[in-house]
Formats: sequence, structure tokens, C-alpha cells
Amino acid sequence: MGEEKKVIEPFRFFTRLHLSELTGLKARNIPELAALIRTVPGSCIYHHTHRFLQHHLYLSPEPPNDFAHWVSKVLGDDELGEMLASIDTIRFSTIRGLREKISATIEQYIKKESWVRKRSVHEGDEFHFIRSLSFVLPTNYEAHDIEEFARILEKITIDSIYFHIFEARLRLEKGRNDFSQWIEASSGDKKMADAIARLDPYTYTMEDLRKKLITVVNKGIKV
Amino acid sequence: MAGLNEYIPIVGQSVIDDLRLLSQKLKGKIIQNINSTSVGGGVAEILNRMVPLLRELGVDARWDLIKGGEQFFEVTKKFHNALHGRPEEITQKDINIFMETSKRNIEDVNIYGDIVFVHDPQPIVLIEKRGENKWIWRCHIDISAPERHIWSFLRKFVVKYDSAVFSSPNFSQKLPIRQFLISPSIDPLSDKNKELSGDVIDGVLQKYGLVLDKPMVLQVSRFDRLKDPLGVIEAYSQVKKYNDCQLVLAGGTATDDPEGFKVLEEVKIRAASDPDIHVLIMAQNDIEINALQRSAAVVMQKSLKEGFGLTVAEALWKERPVVASNVGGIPLQIKHKFSGLLCHSVEGAAFALKQLLNSPEYASQLGKNGKAHIKNNFLITRHIKEYILLFLSLYHPEDVVYL
Repeated sequence: MGEEKKVIEPFRFFTRLHLSELTGLKARNIPELAALIRTVPGSCIYHHTHRFLQHHLYLSPEPPNDFAHWVSKVLGDDELGEMLASIDTIRFSTIRGLREKISATIEQYIKKESWVRKRSVHEGDEFHFIRSLSFVLPTNYEAHDIEEFARILEKITIDSIYFHIFEARLRLEKGRNDFSQWIEASSGDKKMADAIARLDPYTYTMEDLRKKLITVVNKGIKV
Repeated sequence: MAGLNEYIPIVGQSVIDDLRLLSQKLKGKIIQNINSTSVGGGVAEILNRMVPLLRELGVDARWDLIKGGEQFFEVTKKFHNALHGRPEEITQKDINIFMETSKRNIEDVNIYGDIVFVHDPQPIVLIEKRGENKWIWRCHIDISAPERHIWSFLRKFVVKYDSAVFSSPNFSQKLPIRQFLISPSIDPLSDKNKELSGDVIDGVLQKYGLVLDKPMVLQVSRFDRLKDPLGVIEAYSQVKKYNDCQLVLAGGTATDDPEGFKVLEEVKIRAASDPDIHVLIMAQNDIEINALQRSAAVVMQKSLKEGFGLTVAEALWKERPVVASNVGGIPLQIKHKFSGLLCHSVEGAAFALKQLLNSPEYASQLGKNGKAHIKNNFLITRHIKEYILLFLSLYHPEDVVYL
């Protein structure tokens, strides 16, 4: 505590607002889905693996990515749906890596269960590829020390938390979330930074994630 | 009319803060909305709320109307039906009427916006007047399976816009311009959605002779074939054999929908033999619609095609259980068996209706889930945010935009 945790660079909170762009690309069956997953822009992969975080902030029956949802609920293939739903997004630090894992999962399944090639959905039930556009802008909140940081966490938007935790790490390929980076660089509190970095944010609702972050930071402050 | 601060208790301070922050980025730009009617239907309803709220945020949003006579609106109604996939005979004379009125509008409508935001097909030809400014075409219609000849005709104009906006991914078309997905929304503080006292609700029920001891099944919509009011009566009739309930079909007609009067007559004839079917003409009486929705045991939206179906969001916002067709934007609002029941036929609608009337606890849980879903995704504050982002996207082609 004391001098060791004195923050040097203030942390400016940004927010990130998103808009969905339609691509006109659609898949009727697993092979078409696999082919498009390989070639669509990274912003499509990002959209379909993160949309649920925005749309279902609360408890939801939907699996955590759109590919899994479509395969199991629309195409009716529960086995592949489950395999896609259980891809551990947090393990990947780039969209590229995540895309490769999704592709490989589908392709291995097609090899094993060749009959899936024959199953197609009706017109109107296709999988539509959508891109996520992100608009990033600075908020009026700036933390000069860790106590102020904790206070701002309580009132900042979910979109701001989303930006610093999900977008910075995966989409902007910073490798680590912004909060952990700043805490370690500024206050030298590696333990607190690691505790935040170890969280799997994909398994929390956004409000629960906020509460968890506040708990971790407050616990570190008290030490 | 509610101001922005009044939304804070519903959506939170931070959401409004973000809107204020974002709106500053549009300083100096005039947003000119253009459509064909100021009353009736979802488009006018949204613009009536959206434009004042954008202005309160400091965005210079304005709203102009095109003019069109009876013949013009008869033709555009045919276009509307054909875009929804219904076979329509559209003659060269119809096209001539559409183009002549459009040319007059090109001459008469003053285009002054930095961003011209054109809603639906009626004013689509105005794009011929484009200069250096930006143009967006907002399609509120389900064009997932349009009649090809009419889509080909309209597409010639669509491709001249900078961007197009659709309400569901299914509606997107192969186009050389950017296409965005933006769902419409409801205003939780409008007369149609705000909380009402028991006295007001009782007064409305009394006024229309609706009894309290029979569960009410309600469909609120314009008298339009695509809303399938006759199908609703059929589904109700199948249920009525087992459950003593009453059916209310409430709605008006829009000035740009001349077909509505014919449909209304057919509905009245079909309803005449059952005193428990109430056909209520309630043009723009939002408080009364609100009261009916809050009183309904089950709300239906048995559309054959649907641009979005705002009545579903309205009912869910009031925690009502909903039975609705799996068409257009409705499945975006209802996750089957989680926030309502989806159906594909009259028989399916009747079965779902019976289930909800006989299982009030299940029905109540669907309504509660539905309200949470609408709060997260379909309120006007989200809609305003996405429109501002849409306007900003015209100046930023990249995936990640730093403002």
C-alpha cells in the first residue's frame, strides 16, 4: 500500500458503441457456413462471437455464439452446436486464432459425419453474416489513483467495461485487458492486475462482471 | 412529451450520458427525414418521438413529408404488398402514376440536409435530386422475398443511396451499397406505453363494453390483410369452443393505406355473428390502446408478413404474454417459449393461445422475460444511439472508428 501503489499515468475511460452492418452473405448448410467463416472479414467473426454479450445482458437460454445457436436450433445438429458453444473464447488473443478454431471444429466434424453435407435449412432460415462496427470515444471519466478507478467502475457504462475488457484484448490485439495493463504499469500491483486478467469475462453477465471487477479492485486496495 | 432526463430511471444515467457524448460528434450536420405520412403506422410514430429527442441532444434533426394523392397511395400500397411477396398486378399505368407524383415531389420538396434520411419506398425517387450530401434509404418493410419485378424497379433507385437500413438480417439484399441492421423501437414514456392508473384502464374497458370476467385476447394493428385479422378470428373461434374468452381487434387505418377500409368491412362481416368479438376503430388513441394492452390476457400478432411488429414490443414491455407469427422482425423480439410463443399457422396460433389461457403462471413468466428483453434491446434510447452511429458511419468506412 502507500507509495508503491501511487499511480503515475491517469486512466482515461473510453466507451465503445456498436453498429451492425449486413454483408448480404448467408449460409444454408454446414459446408457453406464453414466456407464463409474462412473468408468473411474478422469483424464478422467478432460480431457472431460477441453479440450475445450485448443482446442478452441477463440470464439467457442462448448459447454463447451465433454459430452454435444456428447449428443447434435452426439446422438441428445438437452435437456440432455443443462443440461450437463450448469453444473457450477467452483462450484466444486474436480473432484470427478464434476463427481458425471455429473453422477447424466444423471441418473435423464434417470429415467425421459426412452426412451433414446434405442437410440444408429452408429459405428464410439461413445464417446471415453481420459485421460489427465499433465507434470508440473518450468518456469524461479519468482515474488518477486506484481508489478513484474503483469509484468510476461503479458508474461507467457497460459499454465502457466491454471496450476495455473484450475489445481491447481480442479485437485490438493488445493481448491483455486495459485494466490489468494500467494497474500493473501504474501502480505496480501485479497481483490485482493478474486477478483481473484471470477472469473469464465470457461467463459473466455484464453487470456481474462489473461487480466482480469492483470486488477484485477493492480487495486489492485493502491489502 | 418526455425529455431525455425522464428516461434515466428506466435506462440509467450512463446510457443518457453516452448519447450526449455521441451527439456532439454530429455538430453542424442537418439530418433531414422524409416520409409520406405524419400519422398512422410505425414510421410516423417513431419519427414523432425520435426527432424531438435528437433535437434535445443538440442534433439538428428535421422532418419533411412528400405529397401524394389517392392514386399514388394506391400504387405505393401495391408496391408495399408486392415487396412483402404478395402477388400484385402492377401495370405500366401504376408506374407512371408513381413516377409523375415522384417528379412533382422532386420539384416541390426542398432538400437541405447534410444527411437525407428517406423512409420506405414512397419517397425513394427523391434520390434523383442528390448533390454532394449523403443519402440513406430506411426500409421498414419485410423484403425477404419480394416480387422480383417491383424490387428490380425500386433497386435502380436504392443503389444510388450511400447506405440502406433494414430491420432484420433476412431483409438484406445483394446491393453494391452498405447495408445496416437497425431494429425499430418503442418509447416507454409515450402515451402508448407509459404506466396507467387502474381507473383509466377501467374507464376504457367500460367505454367499449368489455367485460372483466372473460379473458381478453387482443390484436392491435391496422386493418391490413398482411396482419391477418381474419386469421386471428379463426384462431380465436377454435379456442372459444374450450375457453370462454373475448376477442378485441383494435386499430385504425393510415392515410397512405387505402386498402384498409375494404379489409375492415370484411372483418366486421366475419365478426358479426359473435358478440364476444369486438372490432374497435381507434385511430391514434394511444392511451386507449395502452389500456387494452395492459388488460389483455394474451396479445396476438398473427401477421403473414411484418416489417418489425412494434405491437409485440409494446405488449412485452407491459409484461403481457404474446402469441405471434414467426415472420419479419418478430423472432428478434420473441425467443420461442422464453419471451413468448411463435406460431406458423391458424392452428398453431390457436394451440398457443389455449396454452397461455390455461397456464397463467407460465404466461406471466413469458411476459416478465419479454419485458427484460425489450428493455435491453428495443427501447428508443438504443434506437437513437444506432441512428447517430449510422449518420457517423457515412463519414467513416473503417471497422473501428475513433471519434
